[in-house]
Amino acid sequence: MSQADPSSQTYSQTPLDGWHRSAGAKMVPFAGYEMPIQYESIVSEHQACRNAAALFDVSHMGRLRFDGDGSEALLDRLLTRRVTDLPIGGVRYGMICNQDGGILDDVLVSHLKTPSESRYHLLVVNASNRAKIVEWIKPHLDDFPKVTFSDRTELTAMIAVQGPLAMETCKRLFTFDPSRLKYYQARITDQFSKPVIVSRTGYTGEDGFELVVRAEEATRVWENVLLAGRDAGFAPAGLGARDTLRMEAAMPLYGHELDETVDPVSAGLNFACNLEDRDFIGRDAIAAVKSAGPRRVRIGLLPGGRRPAREGCDVLSADGQVIGKITSGGPSPTLGHPIAMAMVDAEHATAPEFEIDIRGKRSPATRTKLPFYRRAKS
Amino acid sequence: MSRDKSKLLYAETHEWVDVADEGGQKIATIGISGFAIEQLNDLVYMELPEVGKTIDAGEEFGEVESVKAVSPLYSPVGGEVIEVHAELPDNLDQLNDDPYDFGWIVKLKIDDESALEKLMDFAAYEKQCAESG
Repeated sequence: MSQADPSSQTYSQTPLDGWHRSAGAKMVPFAGYEMPIQYESIVSEHQACRNAAALFDVSHMGRLRFDGDGSEALLDRLLTRRVTDLPIGGVRYGMICNQDGGILDDVLVSHLKTPSESRYHLLVVNASNRAKIVEWIKPHLDDFPKVTFSDRTELTAMIAVQGPLAMETCKRLFTFDPSRLKYYQARITDQFSKPVIVSRTGYTGEDGFELVVRAEEATRVWENVLLAGRDAGFAPAGLGARDTLRMEAAMPLYGHELDETVDPVSAGLNFACNLEDRDFIGRDAIAAVKSAGPRRVRIGLLPGGRRPAREGCDVLSADGQVIGKITSGGPSPTLGHPIAMAMVDAEHATAPEFEIDIRGKRSPATRTKLPFYRRAKS
Repeated sequence: MSRDKSKLLYAETHEWVDVADEGGQKIATIGISGFAIEQLNDLVYMELPEVGKTIDAGEEFGEVESVKAVSPLYSPVGGEVIEVHAELPDNLDQLNDDPYDFGWIVKLKIDDESALEKLMDFAAYEKQCAESG
C-alpha cells in the first residue's frame, strides 16, 4: 500500500460538486477538475448501469458552441466527419486531427435548433483537450467572420443517464420524451420550463441519454432523475465505473487509445472519417495511411487467469518479441475476468495468441473481437 | 482465534503486524488494515510471495489489485517467508469483513527485530488514517 501524494494544485469544481461531497463520493483530480471516482463501489455502480441506469456527472467535458453562417463550413474543415449535411437534431462522432493525421481529440458534434428557431452547432470535447482545441479553433475563425464561437463549459453542466431503464423511467421528466429520439439524435426541450439539451448518446455501451443544462439547474435535474429512478435501482456513478463500462464497450479514450501519435485508421475509427467528399485538416495524411495500411492497430485481448493487465504493459508475440502495448486494461465486472485493449504492430495483429508482460511476469492472452460487451437489442 | 486490532503494530503503508514468540523465534503475521481495504474497495486480485523467500524490511512482497488500481504490499519487517495464506486470493471478498483474522497474508521468521521499533501502535495509526481522511 502506498501513501497518497498531496498536491497544492487547485482544481475546478463542477456545478454538482456539492452534491457529490454530500453523497460521500471519493473525489480525485481529473483533467483540471475534482471529480467523483466512486461513491461506494465501482462494481456496484457499474452493475447499476448495466441492470438499471447510472448517472454520471460529465460536466468537466468541454462544450463549445458555434452560431452563425459558416459554422458548418468551419467544422467541415476541422473534423474528420462531414458536418454540412448534418440535419437539425443530428449528432455525429468524429475527430479533430493535425496535418499529419494525428488525433488532437475525438468529439461529438450536434446540430440544434432553439425554441426561437435559431440554429447552432455544439461540439463536445474531452476535458483534458478543451484548452488545446479552443486554441486550435481560434485562428480558423478569421476565415468565417459570421461565426460566433463561445466556450459554454462553465455556464452549463452535463449529465449522462445510461442504462436499460434510462428511457422508460425518465420519459415523463421532460416536455419531450427522449425515447422518441433515435440513437445519435438530440434536441432542445425543457424540464420544469428550463431548457435542456437531450441527446441519445453515451459512453457505456448502454442505451441512455446525455443532458446539457444551465449550471444553476444541474443539482435539481440530477436529483429529479435520481428520484425518478429510485425504485428502479438508479445510482450515481463515478469515473471508475465510467472507465470499466467504456472498456467493456471497447470505446476509445483520449490519452489511452488515442493521442496525437495515433491516426484514426490505426485506432480502428475509419468509420468516423469522410475522406471522399471534401478537404479537411489531416485528410491527405489519413488517406495515405488508409491506402498503405496502418502500421499499428487496436485489438482486444483476453488475459489468461485472473490477474488484470493494465495500461502500459508490453504485449509480446507468441515468439517473445515486443509488438505493442496495452492501452486500457482491467477487470470486467460484467464478464468476471480481465479484458484489455492494445495497440500492436499491424503485421502481428491477426495472431490468435499473445503474451503480456505484467510487471515482470509473462501471462498468456488470446485475441478477441471488440467490443467485449454488447447490449442485447431491445 | 480472534486478533485484536488495537494490539497490532502498523506500517505507514497500511500493513499490520502481529508478533508472536514461537519457541524463542519471533514470528510476524502480516496483513493489511481494514482502513486500507475500505479505501481500496472492489478487490480483484492478490499476488503472494513464495514460501522460503527472504524479504527485507520495507521491501515489496506482493500486490493487491482493486478494479481501478494495483497497490504494492510492503513488508514492515524483514525475514524469511514461512507460510502464505493461499486461500486468500480466491476469497478476497472476505477480506473486507475480516481483515485481521481471515485476512492474514504472510508469516515471516523475523531476522531483525529493530524494524519493529519503527512501526506505529494502533493509536498512532488511527491518527494517521484520520489525517489522510
